[in-house]
Amino acid sequence: MAENIIVYGLVSSGVYALLAVGFSLIFGVARIVNLSHTAFYMLAAYLIYSLTSSAGLNLYLSIIIAIVTVTVVGTISYKLLIARVRQHEATTLIVTIAIAVIIQEAILKGFGGQPQGVPKLISGSMEIFGVTVLNQQLLTLGVVILLLLATWFFLMKTKSGVAIRSTAQDREVANLMGINVPRMEMLTMAISVGLAAVAGALVAPLFLLTPGMWAHPLVMVLAIVILGGLGSLQGSVIGAIILGFAENLVIFLAPSGAFLKTSVALTIMLIVILIRPEGLFGIRFEEERG
Amino acid sequence: MNIVAAYIMRSYKLLREEIFVLPGRTVVLLVCILLLIFPVISQEPFILRVLILASIFAIFAASWDLLSGFTGQINFGHALFFGVAAYTAALLNLNLGLAPWVTIPLGALVAVVAGLVVGVPCLRLRGTYLAFATLAFPLILIGVVYAIPNITHGELGIYGIDPLSGSRVASYYIAIPSMIFLGFIMWKISDSKIGLLFHAIREDEVTARASGINTTKYKLLAFCLSGLFAGIAGGLYAHFVKGVGPSTLELLLSFQVIIWAVFGGIATIYGPIAGVLILYPLTEFVLKRYFSVLSEAKMLIFAFIVLLVLLFMPQGLTTWLRDKTEKICPRCKLQNVAWRRKCRVCTAELD
Repeated sequence: MAENIIVYGLVSSGVYALLAVGFSLIFGVARIVNLSHTAFYMLAAYLIYSLTSSAGLNLYLSIIIAIVTVTVVGTISYKLLIARVRQHEATTLIVTIAIAVIIQEAILKGFGGQPQGVPKLISGSMEIFGVTVLNQQLLTLGVVILLLLATWFFLMKTKSGVAIRSTAQDREVANLMGINVPRMEMLTMAISVGLAAVAGALVAPLFLLTPGMWAHPLVMVLAIVILGGLGSLQGSVIGAIILGFAENLVIFLAPSGAFLKTSVALTIMLIVILIRPEGLFGIRFEEERG
Repeated sequence: MNIVAAYIMRSYKLLREEIFVLPGRTVVLLVCILLLIFPVISQEPFILRVLILASIFAIFAASWDLLSGFTGQINFGHALFFGVAAYTAALLNLNLGLAPWVTIPLGALVAVVAGLVVGVPCLRLRGTYLAFATLAFPLILIGVVYAIPNITHGELGIYGIDPLSGSRVASYYIAIPSMIFLGFIMWKISDSKIGLLFHAIREDEVTARASGINTTKYKLLAFCLSGLFAGIAGGLYAHFVKGVGPSTLELLLSFQVIIWAVFGGIATIYGPIAGVLILYPLTEFVLKRYFSVLSEAKMLIFAFIVLLVLLFMPQGLTTWLRDKTEKICPRCKLQNVAWRRKCRVCTAELD
């Protein structure tokens, strides 16, 4: 029991962390609430499925193709659709919902509503301290940690990363310092969607794929980013760990836990932001920034 | 006789001076009349069903606008009010045998309480935090609905409650006048002092508070009013479809109401109503019947239509049309037709 909670908790925390960091990044830099974020995650998973099972490509190759394609699709949809309406907050919400619905319906049309499975990248399992862990789960965790470190390194140590962070702090001053703000926002969108696509590639072998699989992670991501504080990357990671474990604790311990997992996770989120309205790592007066 | 003639003259004068002067108001009047006499033209049950549901959702979308459009407190979980009222009405009807005209107001009352419950904790939050926090409430409730199947019947929902009325046409004449009446009331509220204060809260809450407005009170009032109207819509829905399921609380319904409202144009009340009256019949039967679109593709086409319209009219359909056909008089702030040279009341030059 306890070992299951730890293993599944770590895996779902990792996936949520990748999704939430990407979501938080584009929100922090461009102030866009991208409700199609998890639809891109689903798109990546389905692309891998179709490339391996229908086109018969090698799994590694199809993962790379899927991640690149989804990143390009996400960036193009940002440039063509989202960027044009971003002054109107409510309209941006609807446009991103519409993108998500289009992806969902296209998948429903292409693959049907029945659940699909993708072969595991590496098979077999391992015993760690007497706990059986699938190798795929270990791989997922490893990739998540690696990618989070890489994102952190990129944002903190490289020139583009500094430019992105300064855009997030103050668009106008960043613009005056000679930073190409629209390009930085597009780069952020590409990174954000790219992270979602990797998350999709990681869960494809672990979960069953259905055209509605984007809704639950979306709710969790929204809860995680405000639990951790909007625009804060470490907050997103810690929020993901809290809610990922909360979900799995409920699933394994509570009666009819599978129904209550979202309720409990969201209640925890509500309690935290009632005590600290800016989230765990958020900045007070978020609205008045930038 | 003189009195009757005087009333007719007065209403004629009112029509000419307040309604026919603006094309937008004329269109609203025509649509209302058309909807009211529709059963004379056709009594096909399916079309009536679509129109009844459209009018119920129109009340719902307008109530979202009253809260989120006017006060700017974006509510991502508006399905809560709808679902709570629908479940209350259904449970009261099923277990206590109360008639629809009792259960619908009681359901709306429970929705008002739900508005308070959501409103009080959310008073500390603003902007995006508020939006995401409100998202949580209906989803928490859905978990509870699933977890106690012996009361709520879980995933299957409650079925077999009393219908709204004996016949489809009678239900039509309950739903459509309610929509027109409640829409008018909401529009009047938004046009009153309360509506002005809601505007002030959206534009700048700090300034509003500095001007001596108790913004907390008015934000709570917005949550309660919105809950009331959404609750009436929920109760009507439960009794019209003779059942209620978890779909009345789901994320999709919360998103759907935002789509309808933003498509029509927020902070107008008539915008969301127009949005529903256009989009709902369009996706439910116009596409299928006249353009032979398969029902699997309807959501896809729906999303594309919303996307295209919003790319060219980012403020929404009715706001765009209003800006094209109306001008505000610079002196007395009254709306005028865009092609007038002088204000219809104070004769100031329109620019």
